Amino acid sequence: MTTADVPVPARILQRFATPRWSNWPAALAIFLAGLPLSIAIFPPILSFWISAALAALLAVTLIVNAWGRHIGGLLVTPALTLLFLMNVFPLLWSFGLSFFAYRANRAKAPAWVGLDNYTKVLSDPDVWDRLHNTVIMVVMTVSLQMVVGFLLALLFSKQFPLRRYLLILVLTPMMLSFVAVGAFFRYYYDPTFGLLSQAVRAFTGEPFVLMKTVWGARAGIVFADAWMWSPFVMLLVLAGLVSVPKYLYEAAAIDRVSAWRQFSAITFPYIRGLLLLALLFRTIEAFKLFDLVFLLTNGGPGTATETIALRVYRVAFENNKTSESTALAYILLFTVIVLTNLYLYFASQRAKEV
Amino acid sequence: MSSNPGPAPAQALPLLERLGLRSASGVGTAGWGHTGLAFVVSFIYFFPVLWIILTAFKTYEDALAVPAKFFFAPTLDNFAQVFNRSYSAGAAAQDTGFTLYFFNSLFISGVSVLLALAIGTLAAFGFSRYPLKGNDTYLFMILSTRMLPAIVVIIPIFIMFRVTGLAGTYAGIIALYTVFNLPFAIWMMKSFFDELSLDVEDAARIDGSSDARVFLKICLPQVWPGLAATAVFGLILTWNEFLFALLLSGVGTRTVPVAMSQTIGGDIGVRWGLLAAIETLFLIPVIIVTFALQNQLLRGVTFGTIKR
Repeated sequence: MTTADVPVPARILQRFATPRWSNWPAALAIFLAGLPLSIAIFPPILSFWISAALAALLAVTLIVNAWGRHIGGLLVTPALTLLFLMNVFPLLWSFGLSFFAYRANRAKAPAWVGLDNYTKVLSDPDVWDRLHNTVIMVVMTVSLQMVVGFLLALLFSKQFPLRRYLLILVLTPMMLSFVAVGAFFRYYYDPTFGLLSQAVRAFTGEPFVLMKTVWGARAGIVFADAWMWSPFVMLLVLAGLVSVPKYLYEAAAIDRVSAWRQFSAITFPYIRGLLLLALLFRTIEAFKLFDLVFLLTNGGPGTATETIALRVYRVAFENNKTSESTALAYILLFTVIVLTNLYLYFASQRAKEV
Repeated sequence: MSSNPGPAPAQALPLLERLGLRSASGVGTAGWGHTGLAFVVSFIYFFPVLWIILTAFKTYEDALAVPAKFFFAPTLDNFAQVFNRSYSAGAAAQDTGFTLYFFNSLFISGVSVLLALAIGTLAAFGFSRYPLKGNDTYLFMILSTRMLPAIVVIIPIFIMFRVTGLAGTYAGIIALYTVFNLPFAIWMMKSFFDELSLDVEDAARIDGSSDARVFLKICLPQVWPGLAATAVFGLILTWNEFLFALLLSGVGTRTVPVAMSQTIGGDIGVRWGLLAAIETLFLIPVIIVTFALQNQLLRGVTFGTIKR
């Protein structure tokens, strides 16, 4: 009897009941039945591993099934699965959590509170104050980075001996960790032994305490951050400067064009796109500023340098108001997503141009 | 700059030209004033790093000297004390645990970068050679996960790891860092695969090579520079990472940045020489890698913004 003679329902049943590695419908059924069962019967840790094993079984059958037929899908699945598990799923989870009242250090089950967390966060004057701090520091650090990065790029846009090695020296700060930079600058800002204080004392005769005043502390953080990240702006601007064809400058020299006009008419159009990308990228990163503040001032003096990211950390892990912090985090995320979309839009525009 | 021995890897060349690091590019030559200024500025820019390295070789008194000492008798005591020292005057020297922390940092970043490289290269090959429906959408979503604020993702992951018992284990932090490096690995490797010529692959297919053979024998050997660039950049990122490690590593899996942050306010608050020694040891791998693999690094740093 060939398979064609068997009636359709029986064939499906037969296929379903065959214990084969490619039998994914059966694996799916086992998975869907086993998941709630294991959650109901076993404690969380055990049920997690049982669910994981069932999911692995399902994955194996799907892989065996797709082998040799959907190569593209097979190749990207592991990466997409991992990204989903560690990025997308946690994000969805915390989004859900932001509508509940939940504290990670209490055994109490989460209780539905609707938009309460969001109204609480948005009507909290402290949050607006931290947002204000963040914006001040973002504006300061990004503008400083753009200016310094641009000047560095101008410096490195000409050939000179050892240029490549000096470039690497300037790029080194970018490769350092925030922890190391934070520790460095604590040393440099130290009122007694720090280089900064010593330099100021040479003129005024008084020890210089930078980190005790509001604007001093902000300036201290901004200076360290800008020192680290100006080279990034420099690299992008440099790539733009080098791409300007030489003959344009030669033509300008023949026409005796002024230096400013030469810059605005020839150089600037070539670096405009890259400047915009650098600006957006650095703004996104500066909005997330956490490590450096955490190590240099820990938000002080008072709360003058507490950024929104540090605030999320405090609410989540020091006050243990888990769900409130997720609501706050989502407001930060929203800002970053808007900026990221702008960035990706301009990046893809640029990719089309080049 | 023209004294570069041997042929450069084909993929690295166009970027270097774009940054004007090859004499073939159209950058003008600087005059003496410009050159001098560049030397001075570079030195000032690098000075904070240099000063820390110098401080690591100073004695306790020299590090606290006012005015600061530029010339002093170097000592290696600080480096020995990083690993083994007495916590109070007269007490016996104890192990500080830094041997373990350095091992943890190396082990965790090494394994997670290898994993990210393996998974990411496969995915990049898939995205490059077998485009799916909505290929670009996937790629942009992957890129945007790189921009996510770590603090937003860390809260649910913290709860997740606690529920599953992964908190404080090597497996947990390695899995997290693997995902942390994955978007970058996929994008970098895809750009390298996209640059390869398809002719050789087509010829091999006509001669009967399987897809796996084409990938292993033809594509992979050609993207060595890309693998190196991705690995180097991932290693630096992971080596420096602080927030995830702070919240998710346990006593036995603590990494150097976390241990370092804890010593800043701790018992060695004013022992700058000792702190500088820890930092110097921590910086050595990064500085070596930065100098040894400049070309690869430049590509990693500018990834997504400068085409090729």
